[in-house]
Amino acid sequence: MKVLVPIKRVVDYNVKVRPLNDQSGVDLNNVKMSINPFCEIAVEEAVRLKEAGVVSEIIAITVGTQASQEQLRTALALGADRAILLETNEHVEPLGIAKLLAKIYENEKPDLVILGKQAIDGDNNQTGQMLAALLGISQATFASVLNVGQGVATVTREIDGGLQTLEVNLPAVVTTDLRLNEPRYASLPNIMKAKKKELNIIDASTLGVDFSPRLSTVKVELPPSRAAGVKVGSVEELVNKLKNEAKVI
Amino acid sequence: MKILVVAEHDNQTLKLSTLNTVSASLLVGGEVDVIVLGSSCSNAAKEASKIVGINNVINIDNSSMANALAEEISNNLVSVVSQYSHVFIPATTFGKNIMPRLAALLDVQPLSDVIEIINANTFKRPIYAGSCLATVQTNQELIIATIRTTAFDPVKIGDSTIPIIQQDAQNSLAISRFISEELAKSERPELTAAKIIISGGRGMQSGDNFSLLETIADKLGAAVGASRAAVDSGFVPNDYQVGQTGKIVAPNLYIAVGISGAIQHLAGMKDSKVIVAINKDEDAPIFQVADYGLVADLFKALPEFEALL
Repeated sequence: MKVLVPIKRVVDYNVKVRPLNDQSGVDLNNVKMSINPFCEIAVEEAVRLKEAGVVSEIIAITVGTQASQEQLRTALALGADRAILLETNEHVEPLGIAKLLAKIYENEKPDLVILGKQAIDGDNNQTGQMLAALLGISQATFASVLNVGQGVATVTREIDGGLQTLEVNLPAVVTTDLRLNEPRYASLPNIMKAKKKELNIIDASTLGVDFSPRLSTVKVELPPSRAAGVKVGSVEELVNKLKNEAKVI
Repeated sequence: MKILVVAEHDNQTLKLSTLNTVSASLLVGGEVDVIVLGSSCSNAAKEASKIVGINNVINIDNSSMANALAEEISNNLVSVVSQYSHVFIPATTFGKNIMPRLAALLDVQPLSDVIEIINANTFKRPIYAGSCLATVQTNQELIIATIRTTAFDPVKIGDSTIPIIQQDAQNSLAISRFISEELAKSERPELTAAKIIISGGRGMQSGDNFSLLETIADKLGAAVGASRAAVDSGFVPNDYQVGQTGKIVAPNLYIAVGISGAIQHLAGMKDSKVIVAINKDEDAPIFQVADYGLVADLFKALPEFEALL
């Protein structure tokens, strides 16, 4: 069984991002970049399925600039077998990414697509669902448990207030939530090995897909900052303020 | 301008998120219709017909939609949306699951988690877990968006009803099946819906010590949350996690106990109306966002706090 794992290069989750001075976007100069945490979980899940003998090949894929090779190498070091970079310097929105991924899906014909539920930069939470729609296949979002069987997968999903279990026909798109697994760290030998694995670069503009943006960013700003608070001297004073000043308890 | 709101419900009653979403749609201006898709959901449709300020309720009732499977709901919506300028869905796991699927079927790039309607085609939404706010514009003929429920006060449900328009369902795609659902049986509210949240961090020292928070939560009718540090230390399961990669919350009162206030945590709770921090380290960053800060040993402060409630 073949698995396609789309990943994304994003600002590291420990970085505090700021808008550019002209508010045209977010300041990404000299900022540490990493593989999106939810994508790391997706790679880990695919690797575990391979270790369990369910999956035979894992293909990591991303849409982005040359620099995204770094995150594909991370995926290869974690256990992906080969990687594809759909290279573009343009900003591509989730619909465009889904369309590009759908093209590669048609060539590769994987049985399963596993990807992060959202990227921690745009926070869109859209690509997986869109890919499933474009392919006309089933989807199981926000997965916390994934069991792959004959022609179907059983997926437990994190929904508001609890868990829901679905059975989806394969091929399917599964998006990962935090509880699905805890990703391993890549070992040094595996990092070295990853450098020799196949990484195929395709010019995204040659795929015959219109991925031009549909949205325009008018401005990016900081959220209104909170007014400075006060320190209270005792628990009694705290309870008193919450009851009589803030009136929240 | 004609806006369609996709109702979230359990086939019997509407979820509050539907009323928040109608509230956002009324700010666009124009007519607002609400669609109720489900199975044996006439009670939910009847309740929708009492929402104040809307024009029509559309009801599509079919067993294929009993469990709100994204494949079935979006397939049924495609045939309905052509007469609308906007489709709004609550930004809950229900809406986030369906909205992008619907949008892709219609070749629309949607907007996630709208927190402000600036005008009919310009919206504000958080990016980087709320570290920044983006104002985004689109000229697409159909605008599809999820609405962050905490950003809009719910509209009211009145007494008078408007007619319910029944429509036929599409044939089931039958590519996915509902197996089971396990809703948390906790007496406590859901993190994302709670009016009060009390969260613990690494300072709690163990999972057992979370009982100190739970007794307070039960007195306040609050939900219990945790920082990533507490989850990573194994004190509580991941679904407690509030923060950039966990749940994003905005309750009336957020009490952070033994939480230092790492960026990832602040990103998930800083829109709370009132923030309280209890921490023994007076330099902890959490105090920079707290309305009320108490520098104290939590093991002494929490029992005192509980006794005063």
